[in-house]
Amino acid sequence: MTVSAPFPSVNRLDPWKAHSAKICAVFEEVPGIKTYELELEPAGVRDEYRFQPGQFNMVYLPGFGESAISISSDPGSPGRLLHTVRAVGNVTNALARKQTGDQILLRGPFGSWWPLENCIGQDLIIACGGVGLPPLRPVIYEIVRRRKEFGDVSILYGARRPEDLLFTNEYESWRKAGIQLEVTVDLGNLGWTGHIGVVPTLFERLDVSPAQTSVFTCGPEIMMRFVIQEAQDRGIASERIFLSMERNMNCALGLCGHCQLGPEFICKDGPVFSFDRMEPYFHMEDF
Amino acid sequence: MTSGRLTIGAFVSIDKDQLQTLLECLQQVGYRTIGPQVRDGAVVYDDLASVNQLPVGQIDIQDGGHYRLEADESAGWFDYVVGPHSLKNFLFPARETIQQLTLQDGSWASTTPEVEGPPLAVIGVRGCDLNALKIQDRVFLEGPYVDPHYQARRERLFVVAVNCRRAAATCFCHSMGAGPAVSPGFDLALTEFTDRFVVEVGTDRGGEAMKTVPATLCSVEDIQTAKDVPKQLEKQMHARKPEDGHPQPRELDTTGIKELLLGNLQHPRWDDVAERCLACANCTMVCPTCFCSTVGEVTDLTNENVLRERTWASCFTGDHSYTSGGVVRPSVKSQYRQWLTHKLASWIDQFDSSGCVGCGRCITWCPVGIDITEEVAAIRGEDI
Repeated sequence: MTVSAPFPSVNRLDPWKAHSAKICAVFEEVPGIKTYELELEPAGVRDEYRFQPGQFNMVYLPGFGESAISISSDPGSPGRLLHTVRAVGNVTNALARKQTGDQILLRGPFGSWWPLENCIGQDLIIACGGVGLPPLRPVIYEIVRRRKEFGDVSILYGARRPEDLLFTNEYESWRKAGIQLEVTVDLGNLGWTGHIGVVPTLFERLDVSPAQTSVFTCGPEIMMRFVIQEAQDRGIASERIFLSMERNMNCALGLCGHCQLGPEFICKDGPVFSFDRMEPYFHMEDF
Repeated sequence: MTSGRLTIGAFVSIDKDQLQTLLECLQQVGYRTIGPQVRDGAVVYDDLASVNQLPVGQIDIQDGGHYRLEADESAGWFDYVVGPHSLKNFLFPARETIQQLTLQDGSWASTTPEVEGPPLAVIGVRGCDLNALKIQDRVFLEGPYVDPHYQARRERLFVVAVNCRRAAATCFCHSMGAGPAVSPGFDLALTEFTDRFVVEVGTDRGGEAMKTVPATLCSVEDIQTAKDVPKQLEKQMHARKPEDGHPQPRELDTTGIKELLLGNLQHPRWDDVAERCLACANCTMVCPTCFCSTVGEVTDLTNENVLRERTWASCFTGDHSYTSGGVVRPSVKSQYRQWLTHKLASWIDQFDSSGCVGCGRCITWCPVGIDITEEVAAIRGEDI
């Protein structure tokens, strides 16, 4: 006997289904960090793929698992997809062994993005540390392309050592576009003539007009905490400070529960939040 | 006797034995019938071929870390309440494959496995669990992403609910607005009397399933009598008082609970409960609404066939909040606080309802008897 009528038809789009992507090139950025240029397959998927600056993909290596990795390329060229990844865990170390021509899988894009469209005509401070720069590079590309639409734009960037600084060959083009770039390291070396100190100390070099300034920050939580402090000390409102949060993202769909922070699912409500939404919990130990 | 299909909202009376006829009707149209039965000393849900498997004449005595079944002469077919299982075990199974990958000619191909097996008809769903079902629906079906595996089972689910006429001491559905009366969402709802069941039809397919079950339409008085059964119990639950030698009846004051809990994240009670909590995760496993999961990789020896397996996860593990920068919630205190504040407070922001239905399972199945109602009361009493 067949199952009779009562069951409605099921129309399922499977958010677990991953796209295939070919590694077109691998760039060794600094020790331990590589950028992977990916081409989604087939061409139809690639042509339809769009992302916003600050969004991420779930990079999947069968047998190893998935890892949430932000997109570091220009949203204006979505067909050329870049991920800049530090090899730290099971998945990212397996990725580090991949070569040009290899296939990986990915799901995405996921998450909220930097609210650049709400900053038109405004000043912008981009403050990031270490691998906090790659999730902000799409914003920088967007600004460089549309420079006239924004007021003063500055980038405050730091890494542990000079040899850890990312994307150094692009700094000149950013500066040429009229962006104030301030770079610092925690620990200098013989050839280093630049600033030494943590990222928040770079605020001293800025002339901030708080009422018309937004801050985008991404990096270790402790760095963001002090960046936010510096911004608030200069009178920038919590609503105008945006940060990208990191939590354990297993599904990216808001279904698995791992990435929760208070009422927020970092994967689907974030990763980019205005600070007023994070403020109640940001200083709460182990929350 | 009635004939033809019953309409939504109809109440009919059936002889108790006719529940077997209903069961067989459901089986005949292709349902896998699931119902309560005793296993290892507890009432669990499993395949129910016959009503003879029901724990007739049994009641459950539940308390913090305590569950015992007892024979009771006055007990009917459904006078035990809830055991460790809920609908969650069937709609969101503890382990399932969500993707299959195969390496073919050097490239990975992925497929979504079809949800296999016949549709489910679950007999004996209580008010609390019906509400838990609706809460899980919000998680898996009503967000920006729909889980196709849950959806496939959920859309074909047939629910035969039961209005409770007895509560365990651990039950506090009356505090959570989740029972004991069943709320809409069932296909059929039973109210038990000594010699018969009154059956309320909740959906067209419920009416369809009753087509061949000998039944008498209820009079207006009869309907009222049936509706009074859970109402009476609810009244009793509100009036319950502690008695010597009996487990303490539970209740939970939900007034301003979101602000209460999120405003007391540094309350000393979190340290106190962390001293007792074993972080065993039992509460999250038996909770009918807890939805956390982890997808892991299962590979064969060739590494050419990979299953992506989703298993239940729990906020009581360090792994749950692991990031490359460290574990966000490494202590039992932070884990218990996450569980309780999520369940009763931040859930309201996320899903516009509490995550608790007052079923009391987390109290009963906690090996050290930690009581969610007591923890909230302690925080409320010592508001700092």
